[in-house]
Amino acid sequence: MAEIHTSTVPSDALDDRSVSKAEITARRLALIAGLLLLLVAPFLIYPVFIMKVLCFALFAAAFNLLIGYTGLLSFGHAAFFGGAAYFTAHSVKEWGVPPELGILIGTAGGAALGLIMGFFAIRRQGIYFSMITLSLAQMFFFFCLQAKFTHGEDGIQSVPRGHLFGFIDLNQPIAMYYTVAAIFLIGVFIIWRFVHSPFGMILKSIRENEQRAISLGYSVARYKLGAFVMSAALAGLAGGTKALVFQFATLTDVGWQTSGEVILMTLLGGIGTMLGPILGSAIVVMLGNYLATTGFPVTIITGAVFMICVLVFRRGVVGELAASRIGRKFGLARWL
Amino acid sequence: MNAPSPQSLGEQRAVLSARGLSRRFGGFLAVNNVDIDVFHGEIHALIGPNGAGKTTVFNLLTKFLQPTAGKITLMGEDITSTSPDRVARMGLVRSFQISAVFPHLTVLDNVRVALQRPNGLAHQFWRPMSALDTLTGKADALLTTVGLMRERDALAADLSYGRKRVLEIATTLALDPKVLLLDEPLAGMGQEDITAIAGLIRSVAKTRAVLMVEHNLSVVADICDRVTVLQRGEILAAGDYATVSQDPQVRTAYMGREED
Repeated sequence: MAEIHTSTVPSDALDDRSVSKAEITARRLALIAGLLLLLVAPFLIYPVFIMKVLCFALFAAAFNLLIGYTGLLSFGHAAFFGGAAYFTAHSVKEWGVPPELGILIGTAGGAALGLIMGFFAIRRQGIYFSMITLSLAQMFFFFCLQAKFTHGEDGIQSVPRGHLFGFIDLNQPIAMYYTVAAIFLIGVFIIWRFVHSPFGMILKSIRENEQRAISLGYSVARYKLGAFVMSAALAGLAGGTKALVFQFATLTDVGWQTSGEVILMTLLGGIGTMLGPILGSAIVVMLGNYLATTGFPVTIITGAVFMICVLVFRRGVVGELAASRIGRKFGLARWL
Repeated sequence: MNAPSPQSLGEQRAVLSARGLSRRFGGFLAVNNVDIDVFHGEIHALIGPNGAGKTTVFNLLTKFLQPTAGKITLMGEDITSTSPDRVARMGLVRSFQISAVFPHLTVLDNVRVALQRPNGLAHQFWRPMSALDTLTGKADALLTTVGLMRERDALAADLSYGRKRVLEIATTLALDPKVLLLDEPLAGMGQEDITAIAGLIRSVAKTRAVLMVEHNLSVVADICDRVTVLQRGEILAAGDYATVSQDPQVRTAYMGREED
């Protein structure tokens, strides 16, 4: 009996439900358009601005891996982002390691912090989980304030960008830009693969029905911890890259405001969508940049945006688009 | 009042057994000094009026709840303080009273999720989803066994209540458990489904032990080899259905009313 049915299984289906050829083509075209945009962007827009967007976009995408695909609201992600910025900045400036190794050290540092924080937080649910992550992140903030190597209020200044793999001069803005773009793409690909993997399938089932997942023999805590560490590592990748782009690491990036900002970015773009956090961070960074020149207090505007988002479009920009009539018609929810 | 000790059939050894199982919630003794033995190849029914503590016993046996007192052994191994997921990996798998499926996964994926761990495909975060295609054959075979092949690509949330219970049994069977604990597997089903699922439970019990909570006494009489009656957290009677149903205490407490 079984053999008869196995032969009819579509092997090219990307997701759990079968996807039409036209949709796959549309998806590929959208992906190519996005890559082209990333390629030509530095010639159209100020590269440093795009690099800032890309760093925060990767940060938000990493955060979304946790809230969107694991259902855990971390309020301490700044520790991984800002912590990694310190690790990368310190290792590049004081130890003189090449930039690629510096970023790796930042990523590993983020992962290590994630392992410690996750170990304490993961067994708690809901608001308790969020509070533990917040308090541990605050402890790390005070550590950064007091520790010698971070230079306290001054931060680590004038971090050398160095030469990537020994021959690409990152002091060239274009070289730096494409490096950041590549890191961003690798990071987003890792997230995409993580979510759409056998491991991701178990995460999804845990989110759907935790009790059932336990009764099927899955140690839920380990899966959550795995996702937490992966999210922290990628937040670290984003933070370490940012330290090289701006050539400094300061307390701002480890502060709780940064943890709040990444929540705003993800919420604004759309929790649980691939594209949402990326778009959300672009909007928030853009908002900050324009308002900075007008002298109007940024926090009031971002606060208002946050409120509007929660009240009017809770699914975020991308989430609402996917849930709209047009979005449903084209099945956008499956690939945004 | 002392609970009657469960009888043992010759040299047969219990796959799952509990001695003096108790659980207290604050001042309320939900389960009191329960002994139970579940044997390979048999269907054991746990019956009793509402609030008798049947589901609590289930939660204790599967370690979703920690007993206040007592000892549980699974195939000779003490599992009294083992975690629920580890117990499941050892081969003691349960279903839930309130249907437990993954609502936004397809029927096929519900079964494939269950198959992932036993087939070593549970932690690969670097491999694409298509790695799970190798499980589709096994999943389809299970769906065929329980008769869910027609609903294979539907979302579990869209199934009727009875079909969800069937799906749950299929996912439970996917783990090839040594002991199967079914919490009211037939509740809310139509007569047609009841006949089919009772037959299914009977056939799977040939190669494993089954413990089920069930209210449908005609099914219990039909397919169960052994019955334990719980009342107010204590064992009222235990034995085969004929013996238990003749027990005067049981008749007044439970069956007399139900059989009217």
